[in-house]
This record gives sequence, C-alpha cells and structure tokens, in this order.
Amino acid sequence: MESLDRFREFMRRDRTFDFIAEKRLPFRYGHTIQPGKVDTSHGTILYLENLSVSFDGFKALNNLTMYIDDGELRCIIGPNGAGKTTMMDVITGKTRPDSGVAYFGQTMDLTRMSEFEIAHAGIGRKFQKPTVFPNHTIFENLELAMAADKRVWPTLVARITPKQRERIEYVLEIIGLQEQVHRPASLLSHGQKQWLEIGMLLMQNPKLLLVDEPVTGMTHQEMDKTAELLKRLAGDHSVVVVEHDMDFVRSIANKVTVLHEGSVLAEGTMDQVQNDPRVIEVYLGE
Amino acid sequence: MRQSIFLQFFQNDKGGKVFLAVLLALIVVIPTFNLLVPADSAFHVSTYTVTLLGKYLCYAMLAIALDLVWGYCGILSLGHGAFFALGGYAMGMYLMRQIGDRGVYGNPNLPDFMVFLNWQELPWFWYGFDMFWFAMLMVILVPGILAFVFGWLAFRSRVTGVYLSIMTQALTFALMLAFFRNEMGFGGNNGLTDFKDILGFDLQSDTTRSALFIVTAAFVMLAYIVGRYVVTSKLGRVVVAVRDAEDRARFIGYKVESFKLWVFVLSAVLAGIAGALFVPQVGIINPGEFSPLNSIELVVWVAVGGRATLYGAAMGAVLVNYAKTYFTAALPEIWLFALGGLFIVVTIFLPKGLVGLWNQLRKSKTKAEP
Repeated sequence: MESLDRFREFMRRDRTFDFIAEKRLPFRYGHTIQPGKVDTSHGTILYLENLSVSFDGFKALNNLTMYIDDGELRCIIGPNGAGKTTMMDVITGKTRPDSGVAYFGQTMDLTRMSEFEIAHAGIGRKFQKPTVFPNHTIFENLELAMAADKRVWPTLVARITPKQRERIEYVLEIIGLQEQVHRPASLLSHGQKQWLEIGMLLMQNPKLLLVDEPVTGMTHQEMDKTAELLKRLAGDHSVVVVEHDMDFVRSIANKVTVLHEGSVLAEGTMDQVQNDPRVIEVYLGE
Repeated sequence: MRQSIFLQFFQNDKGGKVFLAVLLALIVVIPTFNLLVPADSAFHVSTYTVTLLGKYLCYAMLAIALDLVWGYCGILSLGHGAFFALGGYAMGMYLMRQIGDRGVYGNPNLPDFMVFLNWQELPWFWYGFDMFWFAMLMVILVPGILAFVFGWLAFRSRVTGVYLSIMTQALTFALMLAFFRNEMGFGGNNGLTDFKDILGFDLQSDTTRSALFIVTAAFVMLAYIVGRYVVTSKLGRVVVAVRDAEDRARFIGYKVESFKLWVFVLSAVLAGIAGALFVPQVGIINPGEFSPLNSIELVVWVAVGGRATLYGAAMGAVLVNYAKTYFTAALPEIWLFALGGLFIVVTIFLPKGLVGLWNQLRKSKTKAEP
C-alpha cells in the first residue's frame, strides 16, 4: 500500500516534481504538496463549500459554505437541528457529504480521508457528550491521545520517553488536573471530563480543534476557566466552538456564524449577529 | 531495559504470579507423582487424572484466548470453539498420518475412513501433514488466516456488538455442518481418531501423557505471559479504549479496525494451539467440537472466572470443567441447568467473576482492619 501511495504521490498532475521545484526555480509556483503537512499559505485552514448532506430526505446540511482562518477562534450557534453536529461529522470524516467540497488547508480533501487519517492530519474533535476512556487514568487518557505513531506494531512496543512525559505534564497543567493524574477518568466530574477531553485534543497537537458544547454542565467558575483556556489555545491552533450558551459565546468570540436549516444564516461579530433581523426571527419566532 | 519490561508486567499482578507459580508446581508435581510414586501409594496420581488435568489446561488456554478479545477488546466472540477445533483438526491430521499401515485396513497411504469411503488417493489438502513442522505451522496458520479474513470483513464493515456475536456463532455452526459431511475429507461424523503415536512416542504410555501435560502447562504459561505482555503494553491500553469508547479512539487517530483485527487473530492463534494440545490427550477430534454450545460454554468459563484478568478466565475454565466432570458423572440430568443457572448468577451478582469477588472481599477486609 505504501509504495502505491508513494507512486500516486509521485504521479500527481497538479504539481511539479520536488527536485525541479526546489533546485531549478528560485521561488515556488503553486503549492508543493508535503504529505502530512497542512498548507495554510493563504491564511485559511478550513474550506467548506456548498456542502449538502441529507438523511432520508431531511437536509441536514444545505449548501453550507464557510471558511475558517488559521489561528481563528470561531463560534457557531444555531437552533437544534441546524446542522452543527453534522458539519463536524463531515469535517472529521464520520459522514460523507452528498455534494460539496471540504478542504483542510490548500491540499487535503477531507471528503476522501478516513477518520483516523483526518485525526493524523491535525483535526481534533471534542464530542458533545464528554467522551473519555473511563477505565484509564487521566495520565493514560492523555498518553493514548498523544501524537505518536499510532499503527499497531509501533503501539505494541511503545514506551513513554521523558520528553513525552514532560508534554503530558504540560497539558495536565493547562487543564488543571495534576492532582487527579492517577485516578480513573470515570471518577471525574462532568466539567473535569470536558477539560480532560480538551486536554486529549491538545495531546494530539492538532491544527484545528472542533469543540462541541464545551460548557454544558459547568459551574460559572468552570465556564470562565474554559473560556480562558479556549482563548489561550486560539492563535497556535484554530478553534471552532459550537455552543448554545450565549453568555459564553459572547465572552470568547470575535466572530460568530449562525447556522439555520443546514446553511449559514449570518456571520459577523456577536453584536452584528444579534441585531440581524433574520437571526432574531429564527431565534425568537415571528 | 529488558528487565524493566519484565518487571512492568508483573507489577500489580499478584494473581498472575500465583497463577504462574501454580502451573510451575503442577509441571513438577503431577508427572513426578504419576511416574515415580508407585501405583498403590496414596500419593499416586493416575494417568487418567493427568490427562484430565491436561484437558482442563487446554481449556484454560482457550479461555485466556477468549478473554483477550472479550475481556479487553469487548468483542464477544461466540465462535471461538471454531479456532480451537481447527487447531485440533490440524493436529489430528498429523496424528492420522502417523498411524501409517497400522490402521484397521492396513493401507499405508490412506487413513481408514478414506479406505472405507472407497477413495483412491489422498486429497491435496492432506499433503504435508505427515510432517510435524508442517502440521504445527497449519495449527497456527489455519485459525489465524480464518480469523484474519473473517475479522477483516466484519470489522471493516463496522459490525459490532450482538451482530458480531451472531456472525461468529454462524461461523462455527457452518463449519460444524461442513465438517459433518463425509465429502469434506475430514472423517465426517466420526472425525479423526484411533491415533497411535506422536513424534514416534506411544500416545498410550504414561511418560508421553506426562510429557504432553508438561508441554500443555508450559503453553498455558506462555499464553498468559504473551497475553499479559499485550495487555500491559500501550496497545493493550488502546484496545481497552476501543472497548470503552470506540469513536473517541478513532478520532484521536487510531485505526480501530486494525487493532481489533490484530487482537482477534492473536486470540484465534492461541485458541488453535490450545486445540492442537487438546487432541493428542483426548485422542479424538470430531465436528462436535465446532458445536455452538461449546463456544457458549467457553464464554461462561470466562464470565465465571472474571473478565479482563486472563488468569481469572483460566481459573474459571478449570473450575467449571471440574464441576462439569463431577456433575455429569454424579447427576447428569442437572448439568445443563446448573450451567445456565451459573451464568445467570454470575451475570447478575458477580459481573467481575470470582476474581472480582475475591478483590472485593479483600478490599472490605483491609478497610475494616484500621
């Protein structure tokens, strides 16, 4: 398989050969595809164009078009059934779109990649319901999520290096769970599980984090802490947050996208969006 | 470094240490008391007992194999008996070829049942089974390849839970029906039996029986150590992660299907080896071993002993089979009810099996002391 992939890579028509591109030309034309690297040279990390998905005639996504910039923190709001979770499913490869385009950076076609390939490419996802490994300790949860060679044999013989241990401790500090490090994750509170899951995303070292409802079940203090955490992550990572809690969204977002019936209804700052008559109609009725 | 790996998987594994120590003791004690203690002594262990214990140990190894896929990976295989039986058949074919011209019909080229069916020559798939190494290779390859193909198709299509269980059940049932047919060339209904010797040693002699016992116990130890190595590795943690939250494991970048397949194949190979050790000791292999009931009993052993402990599964296999030997002799009509009852009791009251019960008792004791 590997040699086949290499052959395909070699025969791509949309690029010049590496040896020509790098040696003969003083600068590069177009985009040299570097396998496993996200190309954000145009400043956009995620392209979603005209995405449509339907389940038994119900259009979960309807010509959805949206762009996420590199390093941006974007909030997505919308009533139930607006297609938020379906959109995340499409980005992470769980659901295939009926039509439309989903690109990660300039070069990666998400609609052709499988879940684990997308994860390796650098998209991390937090589920709506916090999902951690209940029988593993916090430490093991983070260890499993850590960016590493995740094929079967390397995993069998893998040992933690001191450097990896440092990284785990670093993330533990960010999510503030140092004290519980050797307790099983099932004993954590709901909010702590949410943080652990965010920590697991960080261990993957993703370019883009998709965070689905991070503050459900959290107290106000926890919420503030989460807002701080997400703001801290933006910049190094691009973060897309789906959330219902308007106060929370207001506290973190520069730019908000409102989804309605599977497509983008409005986009802009929180104030612009809240004063948009169409948004008011959707949220408050006639 | 090597030593630290060794230490790693015996740390926090008191049960495993006891388990290996018991096996080691059995290896020394049982053959000694069988071969060196005179038959009229009270300490003499009869050859019948040696063989019976050997049989239990084969089941223990099979239970360890199932525990790997069920206890750790969450794949409830109701067809693991199929891999056991296939390993057994591969060994049986070797033993058949060793009979040579000592069969009832005295045909040097064909096993008795083929002569009986008027076959003129050996079918192609019997070639090579007169060589021990080839037969042993098949003991590993046949169950391994079947598990690989079956698992690859099933896991790739994301068949999980009860549907997968039903499919494994169908697999073993289909194999049973196929092996019942005379045309298959595996002795049909009667299976393969009337074995004479293995590697030139008489199968009926006490020394061979003891040697087989020792080899079996050694393989159970090996299976335990391999299993323990796997479950304490990072791969073991991934596999448990897949059991507990498959989607999460997938989205943090593990190709879940590959991990399931790997464990499933390893487990099938261990089951095949257990079957191969089983056949020379009981002296027969027939399609009954494919029976779905066997595979279900196997699940009961593991549940009784305690899932996801390996040694618990082995212990469960020995205990339940001891009970079976006892009850089927003393009160044959209640055995199946007892087995069913046992399963219900364990599921409701002892979800972690006997090992879980033991741990709970010890915990409450240590809590009560200070």
